[in-house]
Amino acid sequence: MSLTGDSPLFPSGGAHVRAVNDEFHGDLLEVSMGPHHPSTHGVFRMIVTLDGERIVKLKPVLGYLHRNHEKIGEGTSYLASMPYTDRLDYLNAMTNNWAYALSVERLGGLAVPERAEYLRIILAELSRLQNHVCLAGFLLQDTGASGTPLMYAFRERETILDLFESLSGSRMMCNYQRFGGCRVDASPEWLGQVSTLVDGFGAFLDEFEQLITGNEILMSRTQGIGVLKAADAVAAGITGPLLRAAGVGYDIRKVDGYGLYNRFNFRVPLGAHGDTYDRYMVRILEMRESITILQQALRDIPTGPIMDPKAKLRGFRPKPGESYGRIEGPKGEIGFYLISDGSANPYRYRVRPPSFVNLTVLEDLCLGHTIADSVVILGSIDIVLGEVDR
Amino acid sequence: METPDQICHRLLARFPSAEISVLQNPGPAAQHSLLVGPASVREVAEFLRDDPLLRLDFCSNVTGVDWPDKVVVDVTKSTVPDPAGGPPKVTEQKTEHTQPGYLEVVYHLYSVALRHGPVIIRTRTANRTDAVTLPSLTPVWRAAEFQEREVFDLFGVVFSGHPDLRRILMWDGYKDHPMRRDYVEPEDYEWEPTPHGDLVDKSKRAHAPKPAGGPTP
Repeated sequence: MSLTGDSPLFPSGGAHVRAVNDEFHGDLLEVSMGPHHPSTHGVFRMIVTLDGERIVKLKPVLGYLHRNHEKIGEGTSYLASMPYTDRLDYLNAMTNNWAYALSVERLGGLAVPERAEYLRIILAELSRLQNHVCLAGFLLQDTGASGTPLMYAFRERETILDLFESLSGSRMMCNYQRFGGCRVDASPEWLGQVSTLVDGFGAFLDEFEQLITGNEILMSRTQGIGVLKAADAVAAGITGPLLRAAGVGYDIRKVDGYGLYNRFNFRVPLGAHGDTYDRYMVRILEMRESITILQQALRDIPTGPIMDPKAKLRGFRPKPGESYGRIEGPKGEIGFYLISDGSANPYRYRVRPPSFVNLTVLEDLCLGHTIADSVVILGSIDIVLGEVDR
Repeated sequence: METPDQICHRLLARFPSAEISVLQNPGPAAQHSLLVGPASVREVAEFLRDDPLLRLDFCSNVTGVDWPDKVVVDVTKSTVPDPAGGPPKVTEQKTEHTQPGYLEVVYHLYSVALRHGPVIIRTRTANRTDAVTLPSLTPVWRAAEFQEREVFDLFGVVFSGHPDLRRILMWDGYKDHPMRRDYVEPEDYEWEPTPHGDLVDKSKRAHAPKPAGGPTP
């Protein structure tokens, strides 16, 4: 089969960016940033048109990691997709697992025992901590704070990943949640270790903030850069810390109250300006809120079973129907849309990835700023290409 | 929030000529959806976004579903009285007809302002081959921009009125739509014509395994 040539469905060639120098335009310059560039956090390309150093046009080019995750999901059983969801946003396997499990539970009408719900919340908030701490480290690295903040962040992240490893067997590819509960129970020692980590995390954040938050260079590189207005953010479907940095108080943990989040007392930090600095600060503040959620969860976690006895993992055949389940992942709304036709494989398996939709506004945020700022703005959006390209 | 039936009722009152119906979801999730005809989906979407009771300002998820042609077997039973006086014979007549397939686009809508949702709207193309154009909802919700591009790329739904309809995950120049149910993977994704292609084919034929039972050399 030939892969080249014209199809009536799309225009010939389908060139992404008009050649800038086809007429005598003056000195606009087209730069292809990526796909292999350290600032793109993966295999991602931005075709940037520059007027001097200012960006006048920016087109993201995606798909370098595309493996058609959704098609693979339609060819395997419900359970077999679970470890594969780890690979979407490979920093947050726990929340990916949870979103998928939630969607399948709705599809099959399964209940989740209380202890499992608490474990899910503990793991999701730990996941949020390590995602945000990584993001902060990467973002500071992008602004030029080489090494130190990133190493501090990674030191802390590694302690969380050690906890994931001792519970699930893997640092990053956890494959921990199941439909109707969790795979293995947490021992009291493990919960004790989490408790120790949570108690010390506030002090780490203080240290980290003291190191860099008030830094003049950081402020001048991020304040007023890449401003996202609240109305634009909602219209473009932006979710997660990006949306809240723009001043919109929309957190799915509060709105949907999935799991047992309704029982928890926590605040939703909001930004005031929607610039890159707000996006950084919202994440720092979210980490502090995650600590309070973790403290409440560790205090209240009950004993009991961790799996719904009715749940059938192998040979699971939900009744025909469909469901959409979404949770507040560290990067935004991660949702799974499933259609069952009564067989062992989903008829349709769709992932709604937060990073992919959040990239919609990348061009708007970068226009008028310098090319060096585009690196920082992209860093503050927080993308993971495993999820963008699927 | 209003139930899908109530929304459907209000929509029909507002747009009497539109084709709108409620599609029941038989599963335990019970997320019913509104099936909207392509001719009116744009005005329905604007109504859903601007209506003060709904204010569905956030389009969360846009996706396609492929429903291929289905062969349906109709069985008609007829009873023929036995001329010999025995019990009447029941004969079954089976007729097959093909139910034409279609591509479906599903939108999951939420309201950030009123914090409710989801309202699910879906719209369908006339068939899967040549009438695959649907109106784009990107002018209504910009959130659909990348996701509609993805549906165009992977399912082959053409969105009229989309500001920038290009492939997004597959590369430009790719011909097929991989998420369709009848998609066949190419043998070699990076195939390019070469001057010695004929020779390679000839050599492949020469070295192909001989059919069993044929003459042995």
